[in-house]
Amino acid sequence: MTTTTAARPDRTARPARQNWRVRLRRDRSLVLMTLPAVVLLVVFNYVPLFGLVTAFQEYDPLAGVWHSTWAGLDQFQRLFGDPLFWNAVSNTLYLSFVQLILFFPIPIALALLLNSVLSSRVRNLVQSVVYLPHFFSWVLAITIFQQMLGGAGALNHLLRNNDIGTWDVMTNPDTFALLVSSQVIWKEAGWGIIVFLAALAAINTDLYEAAAADGAGRWRRLWHITLPGLRGVIVLMLVLRLGNALTVGFEQFLIQRDAVGFDTADVLDTFSFYYGIATGDYSYGAAAGLFKSVISLLLIWGANKLAHAFGEDGLYRT
Amino acid sequence: MTDTLTVVERAIADTSKPVVPRRRRGHRPAWEEPPTVAGETAKGITLGVVLLVVLVPLWIIVITSLSTQGAVNRAGGLVLWPDGLTLEAYRVMLQDTTVRTALLVSLGITAVGTVVSMAVSVMCAYGLSRSRSFAHRFLLILLIVTMFVNGGLIPTFLVVTGLGGYGQWWALILPSAVSVFNILILRSFYSSTSADLIEAARIDGAGDWRILWSIVLPTSRAVTAVMALFYGVSYWNSFFNVMLYLPTDSEKWPLQYVLYTYVNRGNGMPGSVNSGFGTAVSQTAPLSLQMAVVVLTLVPLLIVYPFVQKHFRTGVLTGAIKG
Repeated sequence: MTTTTAARPDRTARPARQNWRVRLRRDRSLVLMTLPAVVLLVVFNYVPLFGLVTAFQEYDPLAGVWHSTWAGLDQFQRLFGDPLFWNAVSNTLYLSFVQLILFFPIPIALALLLNSVLSSRVRNLVQSVVYLPHFFSWVLAITIFQQMLGGAGALNHLLRNNDIGTWDVMTNPDTFALLVSSQVIWKEAGWGIIVFLAALAAINTDLYEAAAADGAGRWRRLWHITLPGLRGVIVLMLVLRLGNALTVGFEQFLIQRDAVGFDTADVLDTFSFYYGIATGDYSYGAAAGLFKSVISLLLIWGANKLAHAFGEDGLYRT
Repeated sequence: MTDTLTVVERAIADTSKPVVPRRRRGHRPAWEEPPTVAGETAKGITLGVVLLVVLVPLWIIVITSLSTQGAVNRAGGLVLWPDGLTLEAYRVMLQDTTVRTALLVSLGITAVGTVVSMAVSVMCAYGLSRSRSFAHRFLLILLIVTMFVNGGLIPTFLVVTGLGGYGQWWALILPSAVSVFNILILRSFYSSTSADLIEAARIDGAGDWRILWSIVLPTSRAVTAVMALFYGVSYWNSFFNVMLYLPTDSEKWPLQYVLYTYVNRGNGMPGSVNSGFGTAVSQTAPLSLQMAVVVLTLVPLLIVYPFVQKHFRTGVLTGAIKG
């Protein structure tokens, strides 16, 4: 597939430099085609952006956004003085960090391993199996974990039968970070190899042959050809992960929050949900959400700068 | 901002290049060292473990769902090895009105949602794929901005409820009907549809609708299938939106939410003593019944997956970038 930059010569391209009325007439069906998507995005993405003003109000569902009282920065003052909020922030950062360390290397390692397998039948089999859990819902994935590792699950059954005692991973706050990371690994690590496999396939085979002719063994080739070939993708994935540091998966925590307690399992998204919607304190929840969005934008910006410092494109260039 | 766009697109296009097999099957290039026994064994064991970690839980769940009460009792819980099989759990499950309704609701939402999403996305992707068309830069930026900035949970909830979406099925579909990421992938494929073909069709008098329908869509079946799977799975799995917009209407719940209340929370399984919703009462083990509900949420995926997953290998893919 060719890439799509604007500069690509294309004989179906429309001649530029015409009066906009003429161009609109000519392209009216193209513009019309984009309309449904644009309308949906405006209604469900752009209108809520203006809805963020509720964070500066004392929102009253009966009065609506237009007639609620303004509260200035009161909600934020309340937020920053709330130990439960800081609990959610520190949980988010901690879980995000543990997940990054444990999860990130696995898809890369798996992709390298798979790439070294000669038989395409084995490769295809492994790929179609490890991609599968990505398509499971979180409810399903957590149910599976519960059945395998929970108090009444397969693992504890085995332990009890052998008189080793029980070990309920699902409700233990101390091991919660490991639990959620292993859930993410089980569900997403297989899917994560796709980008790396694509990058591996794009490495020029001649390089390996030339290196081998020069006497480089398999580990040297891995170090000097394969890993540099993956560098761009690895940096891109890291940028995305850092930019999303405040998002650790929402449904995953929503479902398990009660089992381990909110001290350990409340993250920013669930905080915003419980205070905003479950208790009806909309403005407070919106303030927490806005705080998260602003920090996330800064993180994306920072992570991208970092990528540029390493000489990579990262997510965007300005 | 316009450069932003090209980098995001290039990242997508890079990963959507066809994955050309580096070597022919079973052929080790002459320059490569012969494999060591230890190395091959380690590889084999690692891959075997990876496969088992995914497959064993699924196996246990399927077998337990098919087990008789006696087998479950003998095993003292989950059944690892077939020991008295029966379809009783499935019979009881499908007699339960909550599960039956939920199955229909899930299938309906998935079907309608996928059709809506695909129609909207395919049109939008094609509409933006002809270079230098009217306002296409502006529209693209409008789309891409939503990948980085959004109102977040509460404002979106207020907008949807403000439009009367509370308690309505459309609240599970329309707010998440458009995935900008999917549109960008489709667009990058459509942009690379042979310019000759399109030119020829245009000379023959075909308009853009005709070109989209008769040329672009038929030449990009693989990516269309994969996108339909992505959308379909996201509707089939929708859970949080149910909690937001339909938390109390149990007769409107899709399957995932029933799985959550029945199995995850252990509330009122049909057939258990304090059955809250169930209409069927039976002697079947609640555990095999629970596992049958789990299997039921898996089945449609397992039916569709084999037809689509081959396209992941032949290069349509992408998706993981979403992170």
